[in-house]
Amino acid sequence: MFENLQEKLSKAFKSLKGQGKISEKNIKEAIRMVKMSLLEADVNYKIVKGFIAKVKEKAMGEEVMKSLTPDQQFIKIVNDELTKLMGEKTEKLKFVHRPSYLMMVGLQGSGKTTTAAKLSRKLKSEGKKILLVAADVYRPAAINQLEVLGEEIGVDVFAGDRKNALKIVEDTQELAVKKNVDCVILDTAGRLHIDEKMMDELESIKKMVNPDEILMVIDAMIGQDALTTAKSFNERLEVTGFVLTKLDGDARGGVALSIREETGKPIKYVGVSEKTDGIEEFHPDRMANRILGMGDVLTLIEKVEQSVDQEKAKEMEKKFKKAQFTFDDFLDQLKQIQKMGSLSSILGMLPGANKIKNLDVDESRLTRISAIIQSMTKKERKNPKIINYSRKKRIASGSGQPLSEVTRLLKNFEDMKKMMKKMNKGSFKGLKGISGGGFPF
Amino acid sequence: MGFFDKLKRGLKKTNEETFGKIKKILSFGKLDEDTLEEIEEILIMGDVGVECSERIIESLQERKKEFDSPEQALQAIMVEMLDGERELNYPSEGPFVISVVGVNGAGKTTTIGKIAKILKNNGKEVVLAAADTFRAAAIDQLRVWAQERAEVTLISHQHGADAGAVAFDAVQHAKSKNKDCVIIDTAGRLHTKTNLMNELAKVHKVVKKVIPEAPHEILLVIDATTGQNGLMQAEKFAEAVGVTGIVITKLDGTAKGGIALSIKERFGIPIKFIGVGEGIDDLKPFDPNDFVNALLQETEDE
Repeated sequence: MFENLQEKLSKAFKSLKGQGKISEKNIKEAIRMVKMSLLEADVNYKIVKGFIAKVKEKAMGEEVMKSLTPDQQFIKIVNDELTKLMGEKTEKLKFVHRPSYLMMVGLQGSGKTTTAAKLSRKLKSEGKKILLVAADVYRPAAINQLEVLGEEIGVDVFAGDRKNALKIVEDTQELAVKKNVDCVILDTAGRLHIDEKMMDELESIKKMVNPDEILMVIDAMIGQDALTTAKSFNERLEVTGFVLTKLDGDARGGVALSIREETGKPIKYVGVSEKTDGIEEFHPDRMANRILGMGDVLTLIEKVEQSVDQEKAKEMEKKFKKAQFTFDDFLDQLKQIQKMGSLSSILGMLPGANKIKNLDVDESRLTRISAIIQSMTKKERKNPKIINYSRKKRIASGSGQPLSEVTRLLKNFEDMKKMMKKMNKGSFKGLKGISGGGFPF
Repeated sequence: MGFFDKLKRGLKKTNEETFGKIKKILSFGKLDEDTLEEIEEILIMGDVGVECSERIIESLQERKKEFDSPEQALQAIMVEMLDGERELNYPSEGPFVISVVGVNGAGKTTTIGKIAKILKNNGKEVVLAAADTFRAAAIDQLRVWAQERAEVTLISHQHGADAGAVAFDAVQHAKSKNKDCVIIDTAGRLHTKTNLMNELAKVHKVVKKVIPEAPHEILLVIDATTGQNGLMQAEKFAEAVGVTGIVITKLDGTAKGGIALSIKERFGIPIKFIGVGEGIDDLKPFDPNDFVNALLQETEDE
């Protein structure tokens, strides 16, 4: 099924590259492929239709990048939209009350009990005192299952009279206060959204404990019916988020898109193994990729995008080696950095960088430096040596910065160039200068 | 309304009434592009999948003239796809061994409890093997079914014990005591986990030491809410241990279980039972006519 899709893709992409603008005509094949791919990932049919119509409208008339075909560009737009839709960031659990109640709800067999144990273990490791409550009195041995898991992870499990879910929850409230716990995790029985009596039970539990979180647990392998179920649970209980389980299989997990689009609620965690540590935060971008299932195409598109920047980088490297680095180049670099996001977040991504203290980079300085460079003439940027006192004064007043700042930047810039020369000669002693503030910022 | 209510209603109603939207669509007699797209929508919304839906529509276009009306054609084509041998493979002698396999949470243990009850009602002596030694309290769960609900024998070891050894003991026990049936409850496993799939094959190999032809029946349990991943499940389980039949569970919800049609069409594995509730009597033999009726009927209520 999948090889088939890839074949079709490569065939379709033999068409001409860089065909001007995206039009209804030149993305016909891409639309069909994206539609097929989303349906094969079990995104709900209605959601697929709506989503594609929306993206199509957005893409119409957009310029096509030189090295891409309109089809490829359309797929890229789809992927970007998908990522945006899945949520830009990872959403955390909320703890408003103390004790804070967290309810696990969902269909039978979705993985509520296992997830309840996983969450308990995770929260416990974050220093919270947890009480697990077994309120599934229907499935044979469901309570035993939670008790075994609780013992394994060292979290107390309360099951009251083991017969009446509402009574168990009622008795929990007193116990939770007495035990002075931070968070109570309620494992409820799996149920069908059309089972009125059972849905009433959840509503009653919700009223009793006023939970901070109601997480609906959904099996990643679920098909078209996901939309109906999630909608019903959400309408009835106003869930606060979802946990997608069994993602360690090969399900594409289109449900993630369906529920997000339908309810607007975030996916907070994903289950990735049967073991009690098999829970991870949800990464929207990875999920978008998985659902679209066009990894090869997306990699290709990414490479094309990067190659544009890469050419610039190569040029820069040359200049760097010859120590021909000018203020113009420097300004370019600053812009690139600012485009990438905040400096501290970039540094935060570097392995080991989180161990460095005082990671706060003064980002306003970057803006000030940019201002100073922009106040230089073209000549000055190319050859800073000509900058004398009167030029300095002009630059300072032009950029609104004190004279000392301009002097400091010039000095640092010269130091940096010297260092480049040293590096190119193979002497790395000069690198010490880096920690000593050798860079202009 | 749940899918099973529709199944039940489908039994009572005449063909004329059951089709709802499909009938309306097709009553114009023409199969234009819009009509076909609407049929495709109904099929895909029922988890039949893009490929299988396309195949159904192709056949519909090719064969509509063989039938009195397009809706008859559509129904007949789908029923034909689902048709085939659905009887259990009883051996001529010795205990009948059934192994029940599937991914986590599909409903294996519940299904086993129900099958045990059916067999017992048919006058058979049944032994259950608690070979899910991995999931916490899985043995307790099966014990409740065996002792309190179906009232049959349970063979179990400790949590964490070797699954093959449990299966071996159960089959050995049935053989020596002249019992009629053994049902093996295996641990849920994702079909992508090679080591766990190999382990399953090993369990069956151990059983063969007692009865070379066993297990006579290997039932793959699939949750009716399962989407297109069901195809991968069927493929991988069939590859690893061979699958002789499908059980679709949880058809009492709103999911239509169309993936079973895809599986039958692609791999030829017949559907043998459907699960329609948590009660011990909620397992029914599969009926293609009712299933197709209910699958196509759905949209009229929405």
